[in-house]
Amino acid sequence: MNIHEYQAKELFRSYGVAVPSGVVVDSPEEARRLISEKSGIFSGNSSVYAVKAQIHAGGRGKAGGVKIAKNVSDIPGFVESLLGKTLVTHQTGPEGRLVRKVWIEEGAQIAREYYLSLVLDRSSRRISILASTEGGMEIEEVSAAHPEKILTLAVDPEMGCKSFVGRRVASFLGLPVTLFGQFSTLLANLYRFFVETDCMMVEINPLIQTGDGRLLALDGKVSFDDNALYRQEKVLALRDLFEENELEIEASKHRLNYVKLDGSIACMVNGAGLAMATMDVIALAGGTPANFLDVGGGASKETVEQAFRILLGDPEVKGIFVNIFGGIVRCERIAGGIIAAAKDVKLHVPLVVRLQGTNAKEGREMLRESGLDLQVAEELFEGAQKIVQAVKGAK
Amino acid sequence: MSILVDRSTRVIVQGITGKEGSYHATACREYGTRVLGGVTPGKGGTVHEGFPVWDSVRDAVDAVHPDVSLIFVPPAFAADAILEAADAGIELIVCITEGIPVQDMMRVRRILDIRNEEGETVRLIGPNCPGIITPDGAKIGIMPGYIHKRGKVGVVSRSGTLTYEAVWQLTQLGLGESTCVGIGGDPVRGLNFLDVLALFEKDPETEAIVMIGEIGGDDEERAAAFARAHMTKPVIGFIAGLTAPPGRRMGHAGAIVSGGKGSARDKMKALESYGIIVVDNPSVIGKTVAETLSKGDYRRVPSCH
Repeated sequence: MNIHEYQAKELFRSYGVAVPSGVVVDSPEEARRLISEKSGIFSGNSSVYAVKAQIHAGGRGKAGGVKIAKNVSDIPGFVESLLGKTLVTHQTGPEGRLVRKVWIEEGAQIAREYYLSLVLDRSSRRISILASTEGGMEIEEVSAAHPEKILTLAVDPEMGCKSFVGRRVASFLGLPVTLFGQFSTLLANLYRFFVETDCMMVEINPLIQTGDGRLLALDGKVSFDDNALYRQEKVLALRDLFEENELEIEASKHRLNYVKLDGSIACMVNGAGLAMATMDVIALAGGTPANFLDVGGGASKETVEQAFRILLGDPEVKGIFVNIFGGIVRCERIAGGIIAAAKDVKLHVPLVVRLQGTNAKEGREMLRESGLDLQVAEELFEGAQKIVQAVKGAK
Repeated sequence: MSILVDRSTRVIVQGITGKEGSYHATACREYGTRVLGGVTPGKGGTVHEGFPVWDSVRDAVDAVHPDVSLIFVPPAFAADAILEAADAGIELIVCITEGIPVQDMMRVRRILDIRNEEGETVRLIGPNCPGIITPDGAKIGIMPGYIHKRGKVGVVSRSGTLTYEAVWQLTQLGLGESTCVGIGGDPVRGLNFLDVLALFEKDPETEAIVMIGEIGGDDEERAAAFARAHMTKPVIGFIAGLTAPPGRRMGHAGAIVSGGKGSARDKMKALESYGIIVVDNPSVIGKTVAETLSKGDYRRVPSCH
């Protein structure tokens, strides 16, 4: 699960990681009112403000999602221009993301910029610190061009992020010695935040050193471990459903694992690995997969019916390929579920069902005798070829 | 021969009175596995489906000296269950549970590593895996037993049903399997591809190995590098997720292409460069193994480069 920058900054602040003061608004009127009331960040004599669109994607600056207001009176206009705009960045895909909230923060005087992140690194099986002097740049670009400018440090979970770790990173970044203590505390706090809230990744880019010697997180990107949300009530409350695909939300309500893609052949599979392999085989057969969908082990009538409804909710879908390997659940039961569900949802696109495993022959026989307009397959590749042909023929 | 488990392996089940634990403990026993009982805290001294139940793994160890503990405990308590088994001296722990927080597994894995470094032997299979089976010997997991047939191909995989798909092909072709190990779909786990390949290399019954990987991480690449340097037996590889877009998690917590790393295409290329026979169509895994073995005196020449 991901959160917005303004939410990340609120969390950072509560963990003792300094951030610029700011306020989130969802209308230009609200910005105008706060300014005229001289409330919060508008009460002092700050002359520069950053006005930042809030979406769950990086690359906002380049896409025009960040404005610098040199005068407080410019702010409402910037807010108005950003709200309701669809931002397209390298992380949003071509459809972009609609801006529903804008974060306004006090401008900071930047002396130096750094990159700092923590990530759960599967290779070392530890939380790794990544730090670089090239703040403000995409870390992938730095890594490709100047790998020597990145320090990667795996923290032993038995030990935690001790002061010496902070000093080592501070020294690599070339921070003035007077800031070593401040940096070590910041890093230890960020590590504590990472562990206590079950993060997968925390990125501050840039972390800045101000003219008066303070370290501030000027941006914040956080993703959390979905498996740990059951014990992270406060984090779960930050979930923004507008940032997620409607069909994916609907699928998760029915404990179906669904990811929408942009192809035309939908697939329904039991098991994540087999679901990915089925997508791949559709592509090998000359089609394009419309989704990833893992219905789990059960594949009962109810599950299959919900899955059909979700697949048909995607207007791009021109055909459905059901691929079930019957293991514990026998194929004739699965066939029964498919037949009942297909009758209920009134399919209007070609359907190919491939059953293999326990009692597959009986299951396939039931499907053939059901009177439904569907094709049956025995082998995975055969099934993929049949659905690709059927979709081509239907055009 | 086989690896890790056989007919003599003594098994207990943690979470045996739960729905999943109860169902699968029974199914494993029906297959012929020596399931000696199980653990559910608070239900010690009772009998469930004919299985004696103990309050703790320690009690079970004192009573029946098991070699393996099979875990069906819910995700919130699974890390504790694994550590309990390790602390009681169980040498092989198989954790089926799906959805364990990854930082829990990070801490568990660190502790298991420390214990192994200190000279104990404790191996973990999983979590989020189908388990391990030696056909006609022991089924310790949730896989359908009957699709397997005792034979000469070792199978190691991050996936569940995709493994069954490959096993089914091997069985249909009469090749059969020596042992099948599902290492699980989570980013932090116990045994990895590399560890299992090393065991198969030493097993005289195993003549070829099928390695089924997916997008995310670099475990398949590391295993392939190991195979190049240390293995004589052919390895046939498949990587799922060629069509998965970067940044989107595909079901398994570990199946995600992040930061430009771990794509299926890159993995396939790396595997091929290390001499793994890579198939791009999962329908032909079995056929490819048969062809490779029929070439007769196939022997890889290990190389340190």
